[in-house]
Amino acid sequence: MSQDEYCYTTNTKISKFFDSLDAGKIMGTRCRTCGELYFPPRAECPVCMKEDLEWVEISGRAELMTYTVVHVAPKRWNNFVPFAVAVGQLEEGPKFLAVLDDVDHKNIKIGMKLKLLAASRPEGYPEPRFKYKFVPI
Amino acid sequence: MTVRAKMRRVAVVGAGITKYGKRTDASLKELAFEAVKKSLMDCGLEISDIDASVISVANQYLAQQTQPGAIINSYIGMCPKPSFTTVDACGSGSAAIRAAWMSIASGLHDVVLVVGAEKMTEIDTPQAIEYMGFAGDPLWELRPTGITDAGLYAMFANAHMEKYGTTQEQLALVAVKNHKYAAMNPISHLKKEITVEDVMKSKMVSYPLKLFDCSPISDGAAALILACEERAKKITEKPVYFLGLGAATDTVTIFEREDLTGLMATREAAKRAYAMAGIGPSDIDVADVHDCFTIAEIMAYEDLGFCKKGEGGKFIEEKRSYLEGDKPVNVDGGLKAKGHPLGATGVGMVYEIVKQLRGEAGPRQVKGAKIGLTHNVSRDGTHVFVQILGVDF
Repeated sequence: MSQDEYCYTTNTKISKFFDSLDAGKIMGTRCRTCGELYFPPRAECPVCMKEDLEWVEISGRAELMTYTVVHVAPKRWNNFVPFAVAVGQLEEGPKFLAVLDDVDHKNIKIGMKLKLLAASRPEGYPEPRFKYKFVPI
Repeated sequence: MTVRAKMRRVAVVGAGITKYGKRTDASLKELAFEAVKKSLMDCGLEISDIDASVISVANQYLAQQTQPGAIINSYIGMCPKPSFTTVDACGSGSAAIRAAWMSIASGLHDVVLVVGAEKMTEIDTPQAIEYMGFAGDPLWELRPTGITDAGLYAMFANAHMEKYGTTQEQLALVAVKNHKYAAMNPISHLKKEITVEDVMKSKMVSYPLKLFDCSPISDGAAALILACEERAKKITEKPVYFLGLGAATDTVTIFEREDLTGLMATREAAKRAYAMAGIGPSDIDVADVHDCFTIAEIMAYEDLGFCKKGEGGKFIEEKRSYLEGDKPVNVDGGLKAKGHPLGATGVGMVYEIVKQLRGEAGPRQVKGAKIGLTHNVSRDGTHVFVQILGVDF
């Protein structure tokens, strides 16, 4: 199955998230009616059912909640093992899942401070559109 | 919480299962046929006695066909009777059972066949892992990170170890127990007893989970025949009744969850099942829980109320979930060692509980078991099903 067959995110109301990554920014959305912050962003607010959301930049500052180091990967990720993946809680509140890069895997600790960065993925990464990762700070 | 009781009682009257494992000898529909034939022989019915079928597979990627339910329903000779298919990842079998139960309890049908089947070993393992990774929300999970099912449970394990001091050796003990019982179960995929050291030395899959912390990739099928009480009593002297069914859901992504050390949807589904049955965790004589990874069984002890939150590691260390313990769990070998042909798993769990409650589990029999529980999870707890079964003979 080719990569194209997997792509069903090309047309989305949150395209700005992916476009902003190219500009080095991590963007979320906030409901103008009820004030709820969404990260990852969404275009509709399920709290008040309104579609009036504004784009807001996310600080990226986060704390590591949990993680793993993947040694046996899905087929298209085989060339990248071992790699770390973490759930981080952003300063703004929401939690997020991203690759955790630039760290010796032995030094990963729950509670450590992280930064979510807009950053290109290595050559040959199966999903080049997802240009973000956690790094330790 | 609404629990409606004005419905017909439903019983399992027939149960069949195939050998789980690498089944290069049979296709998906042939595996299904084996299980269906055994379930019919178990209760003396013929396929023409069945009013409808519900077929379970995990997803269409693994089946390599987009209407696997139609192929199975046709091959087992069910046409022109009604049939539909559940496609709900690893919990699909229980979704099928729940649908069959609803169709009988409501009065729509009297006798319904549930078939769960999966053929996973034809696809190479990294590809199968990727197909399974497309459960959940690939937009925010698989695609940006390459996270696997093992990786998600590894993250639960790390959070559990950090918060409660659970150890990798305690996780390994779950595998040791389940391999022990799988070695005593003729249909098991993995037949070899193992030690804690074997687990600790096995290949790292997703830290801290190692190969022997993970369920295998299996082929297999299971089938159940469900009937309304009136018909059940005519078909068998040993009907096994559904006392309670609970289902619940959680957010599709792990990062939206409040709790990363357990499955909220298990707690919620269990609460509903216990309320419907009018019993509590202490009344359960035997349980088959969703141990896709060793940490999953430890979380299940806690979330199903068999022990307090955080004490799951101690629970296995004290052997309380052994056959001789006060709460035998997965004495069929579990997903961990009996095997985990995704779409068949929930159906195979009820097969085991039916055998236990009828007193037909041989050397693995829990003495005097009258009430059993099954716990079946889709992926990392997005959909959870808990079913309580009982007998009055």
